[in-house]
Parts: sequence; C-alpha cells; structure tokens
Amino acid sequence: MDGDDLLVEDRTPGVEEHESTASILSYTLGLGLAIVATIASFTVAQTDLLWPPGIPAGLIVLALAQIGVHLVFFLHLGSAPDQTNNILALAFGVLIVFLVIGGSIWIVANLNANMPMH
Amino acid sequence: MTTTTIEAAANRAAHQREVGPAPKRIVVAYGFWIFILSDIVMFSALFAAYAVLAGNTAGGPTGADLFNIRNVFLMTMCLLVSSYTSGLGALSAEQRKPERFLIFAVPTFVLGAAFLALEISEFMGMVDKGAGPSRSAFLSAFFTLVGMHGAHVSAGLIWLVYMVAQVVAKGLHAAVLRRLLCFSLFWHALDIVWIGVMTLVYLMGIQ
Repeated sequence: MDGDDLLVEDRTPGVEEHESTASILSYTLGLGLAIVATIASFTVAQTDLLWPPGIPAGLIVLALAQIGVHLVFFLHLGSAPDQTNNILALAFGVLIVFLVIGGSIWIVANLNANMPMH
Repeated sequence: MTTTTIEAAANRAAHQREVGPAPKRIVVAYGFWIFILSDIVMFSALFAAYAVLAGNTAGGPTGADLFNIRNVFLMTMCLLVSSYTSGLGALSAEQRKPERFLIFAVPTFVLGAAFLALEISEFMGMVDKGAGPSRSAFLSAFFTLVGMHGAHVSAGLIWLVYMVAQVVAKGLHAAVLRRLLCFSLFWHALDIVWIGVMTLVYLMGIQ
C-alpha cells in the first residue's frame, strides 16, 4: 500500500512511534461530561436554582468547566512532555484573552461611570 | 565489552532521543494550535466589544426579547455531537480505517449544517422583526460575534467536504492524516468558542 510507504517519511530517528492516548471511551466520557455541563448551564440560567445575583458567576464557572472538559477529552491536552509547548501557548492565549476582555469591560465601565451626561 | 562502554553507549542513545527533532505530526499540530489560539484572541476582541455594547439597545429590543433559548439549546447540542463524531472520525483515521472515517464524516457534516441552518433562521427571524444589525450597538455587536462564529462553522464544513474528497482520492497517507488532525483541532476549537457565545451572549442575555 503506498500509504504505508509515505508514512516512513513521518518518522524521525530516535523518536518513538506516536502513541494515541485518545480512545472512543475518552471521547464518550467527554461528550457525557459536556452534556451534563450544558444542561446545568441552561437550567441555572432559566430557573432560580441559584441565588439570582450569583447566576452570572455560576454560568461562568460552568462554562470554564466545560471548556476544560473539551480541552482534555476532545483536544487531548495533557501533561505529556510533547504537550509542554501546546500548554505554554494555551497559557499565553488565555492571558491575552483575559487582558482584552477584562480590560475592555473595566475601562468602559469606568468611562461610563465618569460620564456626567450619561 | 566493559560496563563503562555499555553505559556510555546507553547515555549517547538517551541523549540522541532527547535532542532529535520532533515528528512532523507534532510540529504541524503545534503550528496549527498557534493559529487556533490567535483566532481565539481575535474572537476575544469581538467578545469584548459585545460585553461592552450589550446594554446599548438604543430603545430597541433586548436579548431577553429576542433570544429563543430552546433554539440555542438545540444548536449547542448539534455542535457538541458534531464535535464528538468528528473526534471518532479522527480516531478511525488514525487507526487507518477510511470507511469508518467516512461514516463518521456524515453526522459531523449534517449536524454542523443543522447548526448553521438554525442560526441562519434565527438571524432572518430577527431581521424580520426589525432587529437587524443596524438597529442598535447591541445588535451590531451580536451579529458580528455570532456571525463570525457562523462563518467559521461554514468554513469548517467546506473544509470537511474537501477532507472527505482527499481521503477518497488519496487514501489515509501521512500528509492527509496531518490535515485531518488540523481539521479536528479546528472543529473542536469552534465548539469551545461556542461555549463562550452560548454563555456570554444567550444565557447571560436572558437574565
């Protein structure tokens, strides 16, 4: 099969064959956890299960939990040595995302509060 | 052979293992991961714009008036299960089972297309009610953010068709497998962005 011939090019001397940690079980577990988190989010948003002023905070926590589930079970981010670069890049991305969103909300809230005509 | 020479040989082997270049698969996935993170940074700017403008409805309809939460729940489930089947497809491809990959590609595409159809009908319903993107700053930000996600989903669907064609025409050789890996990263990342949209725009919008 010519596919196998082409695969040889993909191996580099001294590096073990890539072992996939992904399995059907891990995807299914991820799907189950994600569905639970989604249903929890929609329930919290539409009922008084949580103390109403705390609902946005609860929704953010559930969203972060679900993002974590997706990263681990679907994107297979983990603590393996070949994942170090991916984790560091993700950490930098998360830093920028929080600076942009948090900073914008903070600055504009401050401007609105100081606007005499508003 | 003395013990020291064996040890020296073992050390050399261990050293070589550490300094050898990473397999192309890992390098490609890393590069594409950087692209996805930069795409998410772009989305974060749109999220920030939405968060800042969400209250500026200019006397027009608010999120609570417009959003149909049952529709949003359906969209969320479509995208989530589509992400799941695309993962199973990627797994089948890694195990060199092209037929199973093609079988899983069908629900991935159908559910992605269903998501898009629900989103387009939501947008058209809003425009019909006079709540188009030009009505208020809130709606401009809403259509930009949610529309940008929808545009990514459309691009992902086109990419999926292209990948299916490649698997059929070329088989699962190394280069096609790397492209499939990138596609799966992209599709899973879109689902992660959707979690943000669903929470920040819809669930917080109806509070």
